[in-house]
Amino acid sequence: MLAVRDERDRQAFAQLFDFFAPRLKGFIMRSGVTSAEAEDIVQDVMLSVWRKASSFDPHRAQVSSWVYQIARNRQVDVLRKTRRPVPEELKQETTTDVDSVQIIALEQEASKLRDALATLSDDQREMVEKAYLGELSHSEIQAETGLPLGTIKSRIRLGLERLRHELKGTRQS
Amino acid sequence: MTDIVHHIPDHLLLSYASGSLPQPFALVVAAHVSMCDECRARLEAHESVGGMVLEDSDQIIVSDDAKSRLMARLDDAMETQPIYDRSGIFPAPVMQALNGLPPKWKSLGMGARQSILDESAEGSVRLLYIPPGQAVPDHGHNGLELTMVLQGAFSDETGRYGAGDVEVADADLEHTPMAEEGEPCICLAATDASLRFNAWVPRMLQPFFRI
Repeated sequence: MLAVRDERDRQAFAQLFDFFAPRLKGFIMRSGVTSAEAEDIVQDVMLSVWRKASSFDPHRAQVSSWVYQIARNRQVDVLRKTRRPVPEELKQETTTDVDSVQIIALEQEASKLRDALATLSDDQREMVEKAYLGELSHSEIQAETGLPLGTIKSRIRLGLERLRHELKGTRQS
Repeated sequence: MTDIVHHIPDHLLLSYASGSLPQPFALVVAAHVSMCDECRARLEAHESVGGMVLEDSDQIIVSDDAKSRLMARLDDAMETQPIYDRSGIFPAPVMQALNGLPPKWKSLGMGARQSILDESAEGSVRLLYIPPGQAVPDHGHNGLELTMVLQGAFSDETGRYGAGDVEVADADLEHTPMAEEGEPCICLAATDASLRFNAWVPRMLQPFFRI
């Protein structure tokens, strides 16, 4: 992903496509669209990945969560035929400094989360999939006590520390 | 930054992340996250779980044709979509809903005003302007209502809400929000059902003002 972002490397992008496109298609087809429609959305999502690569920040997100967010935005736009309201992007300083400690911490946090997801019962796992694929309404999510929302607590703390660190310089005014 | 006390609850953040949240509420979530680091971090955590679900999701083969068509499009010019910045008290997602223009206020009587941003079968979202010290008529809801303060503050039976705070009210809550003295209170309010006013006059006006 960083080769795509920093060097506009098409070979690396083709590899990203090979990894994500079949998963995105599987994910998108669960909403009931045809194979051809799903492929159109997959192309749009991957085109956004290429174009928005400069806003990918490895200190704050895994590649998969960034792609997930782009895919949800695109799918909502297509379904509702309007632009989905999205939060303001943070004004990033144009530094390319890499804080490897933070990136490793994020990676460790991700593997902890993966482990936690792997220990879920089949029913819970099914609920998590449905919730994150957009198949549950907000009131169904609220009523569904089996969702392991507590497992993301330390991921939140890590993300918040990073945001505060990044924003320290920009919010002095 | 003011200190935000009242945040977006997790089930609404997850629903927003997954795309299932109706548009009027999604606007309030996007506006709040624009102002609140804590909820941004919580939303990003939900997105990281979403990313893992994506990584593990069933794979369906994508045609070679789709890939080669995409690779050919990488250099295409981008369609430009207008990008709105925060303007004064209005965060960028609200400016997008306003198409970059100032709100068109309509009087609700007694100095209160509203500007409807979006209205559909899913619900509605509006800006409300309440003069200092004045009450929003006592009302309940048929469904969920999210109210985010953009300027000033209001208080009701459940607490005090200042700039950036979000009140989550469900059908059970009968409340009487009262704007504080000082600045007029300006709120972003989303609901999935029309408000039920208890007072006789506002109820009569309800169809007229669409609230």
